[in-house]
Amino acid sequence: MYLEIITPEETLFTGDVKLVQVPGTKGSFEILHNHAPIISSLQEGAVRLITTEGSEKTFAIKGGIIEAHDNHITILGETA
Amino acid sequence: MAGLKEIRNRIASVKSTRQITQAMKMVAAAKLRKNQDRILRLRPYANKMATIMASIRKGLEHDLEIPLMQARDPEKVLIILFTSNRGLCGSFNTNAINEALHVATSVYGEQWKKKQVRFFAIGKRGADFLKQKGYPLVGSEIEIYDRLSFQAVSELEEKFVQMFLSGEYDRIDFVYNRFKNAAVHLLTHETFLPVSEPAEEPSSPLSPKEERHIATDYIFEPDKDTLLEDLVPKNLRIQFFKAILDSFTAEHGARMTAMHQATDNANELIRELTLHYNKARQAAITKEILDIVGGAEALR
Repeated sequence: MYLEIITPEETLFTGDVKLVQVPGTKGSFEILHNHAPIISSLQEGAVRLITTEGSEKTFAIKGGIIEAHDNHITILGETA
Repeated sequence: MAGLKEIRNRIASVKSTRQITQAMKMVAAAKLRKNQDRILRLRPYANKMATIMASIRKGLEHDLEIPLMQARDPEKVLIILFTSNRGLCGSFNTNAINEALHVATSVYGEQWKKKQVRFFAIGKRGADFLKQKGYPLVGSEIEIYDRLSFQAVSELEEKFVQMFLSGEYDRIDFVYNRFKNAAVHLLTHETFLPVSEPAEEPSSPLSPKEERHIATDYIFEPDKDTLLEDLVPKNLRIQFFKAILDSFTAEHGARMTAMHQATDNANELIRELTLHYNKARQAAITKEILDIVGGAEALR
């Protein structure tokens, strides 16, 4: 599945991933392949992802929103 | 006809002016490119925000009751005027200032008569003008352009949101130059607060694909109302950031055009002066030859 992490000032990440873990306002959750369409707000915390090659990356965000739809995930984040 | 020496001096002075305008044009072009990139980077974020908001709104039956959307009778109005800190950019600032005054005196004519219209100036040019002419200026911000980060702009935006929420103003409007391309900027007047409901529609018509995308049956977490309450202020911040970036980029575009014209004018002036100089020089030589010939004739 394809992930984009964008902030008002730059694009932090784009690429194919196996797993994304985000700090949702109602608790942290993970998105895997074929997740149901979801829109959720995010609170301050870390976005963790594992790319298809298997490397792990983490980004700190101050808040934001995530949209997942047809294996296309967009995170609109605000960086600290 | 001016003497040869004077013309020579003028040519030299116009040439050095041309050098300055040429350099300023280059600098403006570089800055323009840098800021244009920032606008381009902001665009995907703003677009995504708009489609997400549209998705949430879809199927939301009741009206939203968010304080930021509360439309009151506009008794007290604040006009935020975006200008530049520096001049030498053609009619960029004059146009924005005139538009702001026009909005104040005609769009809000009623409130103007009751002295309920105030100005806030972002940028030194607008601030100086309004202060000098004695218009009701409540504040100004001139250092923002030196540290134009989303963070800094958000802090400023927060101040205006508070002014609206506390009832200090019932309506807050923007007047700024919207960047279109290097040569063109559009003078824009728009309402910032309260947030108007239909204005949230994405500006360009949606493709069928996007239409379907918005209609997807999403899981919303938390519920739609809470999400929107969270998103509306975020969207405002984006709007404010976009306005300030637009104005800043348009400023460099305007300066580049103005300096380009100044350089062209200098070239034209130099061409004319050189022509004059050569004519004068020729006339002087002819006169000298006539003198010599006349003198030789007399001796014969």
